[in-house]
Amino acid sequence: MEILRIEKISLNLEGRQILEDLSLSVKSGTIHSILGSNAAGKSSLAYVIMGCCDYIAQAGKVYFLEEDITHLSVSRRAKMGLTLAWQEPARFEGLTVKDYIAVGMKTRDEDLITESLRHVLLEPSDYLERQVDKTLSGGERKRIELAAVFAMQPRLVILDEPDSGIDILALDNIINMIKALKKQGTTVLLITHREEVSEIADVTSLMCSGTIVKEGRPKEVGKHFKEKCIPCPTKAFPSEVDKQVKGAK
Amino acid sequence: MQDYELMLDAYAKAGGVPSVFKDSNIAHLIVHKNKVIGSSSVKGLILEPKETETGIDVVLTVEKGIKIENIVHLCFGIIPQEGIQEINIKARIEDDARVKLFAHCVFPNAVKIIHKMEAEIEIGNNAYYEYNEVHFHGETGGIEVVPKARIKVGNNSHLVTNFSLLHGRVGVFNLDYESEILDNSTLDMTAKIYGYGDDRIKIREAGYLRGRASRGLLKSRIAVKDNAISEIINELTASAPDAKGHVDCVEVIQGNAQAKAIPIVNVTNELAKVTHEAAIGRVDKKQVQTLMARGLEEEKAIDIVVGGMLK
Repeated sequence: MEILRIEKISLNLEGRQILEDLSLSVKSGTIHSILGSNAAGKSSLAYVIMGCCDYIAQAGKVYFLEEDITHLSVSRRAKMGLTLAWQEPARFEGLTVKDYIAVGMKTRDEDLITESLRHVLLEPSDYLERQVDKTLSGGERKRIELAAVFAMQPRLVILDEPDSGIDILALDNIINMIKALKKQGTTVLLITHREEVSEIADVTSLMCSGTIVKEGRPKEVGKHFKEKCIPCPTKAFPSEVDKQVKGAK
Repeated sequence: MQDYELMLDAYAKAGGVPSVFKDSNIAHLIVHKNKVIGSSSVKGLILEPKETETGIDVVLTVEKGIKIENIVHLCFGIIPQEGIQEINIKARIEDDARVKLFAHCVFPNAVKIIHKMEAEIEIGNNAYYEYNEVHFHGETGGIEVVPKARIKVGNNSHLVTNFSLLHGRVGVFNLDYESEILDNSTLDMTAKIYGYGDDRIKIREAGYLRGRASRGLLKSRIAVKDNAISEIINELTASAPDAKGHVDCVEVIQGNAQAKAIPIVNVTNELAKVTHEAAIGRVDKKQVQTLMARGLEEEKAIDIVVGGMLK
C-alpha cells in the first residue's frame, strides 16, 4: 500500500529552480531512502512534504494516505501521522528533554519517553531533566530528535540526514534506531548522501538537480551513485549532467 | 477577608506556598501597602521593618559567619486598585554569611498603583547573597514598578539576582540595578519579563568588575507582543586583571511590539575580557515548525518556545 505519493512537484525559491517535476511513491512499512549529493534538493523535498512555510511548491501535488495534503499546514500533516526530523534540529531554551520528547505523544507516557532515550543510547537519568539547548552537542541533539520521533510513533517520518555529524560508532546505533522505527510500524523516508547508510533501505531513489533520476535496489542505486555522482559532476560539468539526467529519465 | 488573607491568596496565585509563613524556622516579612502584617526572623538574621507614610524601611542583616538554612520569604503588595508602596531596603551580608531571599510582589487588582523599591546592599567577603523577585500583576496594566538597587560585593563572594514578571500585565516598568564586584567575586544577574498590551519595559543592569578575577553575567530574556515596548541596557565594565564578563540578551517580538537592546561593554584593563550577544526578532521559525511537525498548532508552538525562554 502506498503511504506517500508526490506528483510532479516543482519548487522555485528566489528565482532558483530547486525541485523540478519530481515524482515519488513510498510504500507503507518500508524504509525508502533518497540518496543524493549536497545541493541535490533533498532537504527541500523534505520541507515540501512536511509543508514548511517557505517551501510552497509552485506545481504538483503531495498525497499522504490517499489524501491531498498539498495545502495543509505542518500541524495538520503531523496530526495525520507525518513528521520530520531536521538535519540540524532546533534548540529550545527552557524545554527539558522529557518535555520535548512528550510534545509529539498523543498521551504522555513516561515509560515510552525513557525507552525512546535508551533506544538512542542516552541514559535517561542523565538526560531527562536536561534542556534541549546549546549545552547539548550536535550528536546528542540528533539522537534526542530520533528519540522524539520514536516516541511520537508517526505513520511516516522523514529523516533528513540523520547520519550527518554522527561518529562511526554512533552511526550503528542510528541505523538500529531507524530499523526500530520500521519495526514499530513507522514508514521511514531516509534522506542521506552516504550510500552505505542508504543500503539499509528497502528502496532507494537517487536524486540529482531537483529530481529523481533513478530508483531501485539500494545496492544498485548506491553503486551507480558512487561511480557516477562522486565527485558530483553537476558542479563541474553542468551540461554533462543535463545529458545524464535526461538519459536516466 | 482581612488584608493578611487577601495577601496570602494573591501570594499563592503568584506561585508562593503560604505555609512557609507558619514555619518558625523560616524567616519572613509580609507588607501590605505600608503595613507590616507578618514578620519573623531566625537566629543570625536581623530583620527590622519600620512603617513609613508610603511604605516601609527595612534593615536586613545576616551576621558574620551565619548561613541561613532556609530561604527568607518576602511578600509585598497592594490588594486595592489604587495605592503607593515604597520599600527601602538596607541589607548587609557580613563576612562568611549566606542567605537566599525570595520576594513575591503581588498587585492583582492594580488600576493605579506605584510600587517602588530602593535597595542598598553590602555583601562582605566570602559571602553569598541571592535575591529572587517574582511579580504577580492583574490584567489592567495600571501599575508602575520601579526597582532600584545599588550593590557592593566584597572579595570571594557571590551575588545572584533573578527578576521575573511573567504573570499579568507589566504596566510601566523601570528597573535599575548597579553592582560593584571585587576580587574573585561573581555577579549573576537575570531578568525575565513578558510584556503585552501597551506595556512599557525599561531595564538597566550594570556591573562593574573592579576586582581581580571577578566574573559577571548579565542575562535578559524579554518577550513582547501587541503594542508593548522594551528597552534593555546591559552595561558591563571590566577594569581589573583577569576580570571576565558576558552579556546575554534575547528579546522576542510579536505583533506590533518593539524591542531595543543596548549592550554597553567597557574594558579598561588589557587582561580583562567582556563579551556580549544580543538577539532580537520574532520567534524562531524553525523552532515553531519543529513543534508543529509534532502536531502542535502554531499558537501553542509559539507559547512553548516563548515560555521556555522565560522559564
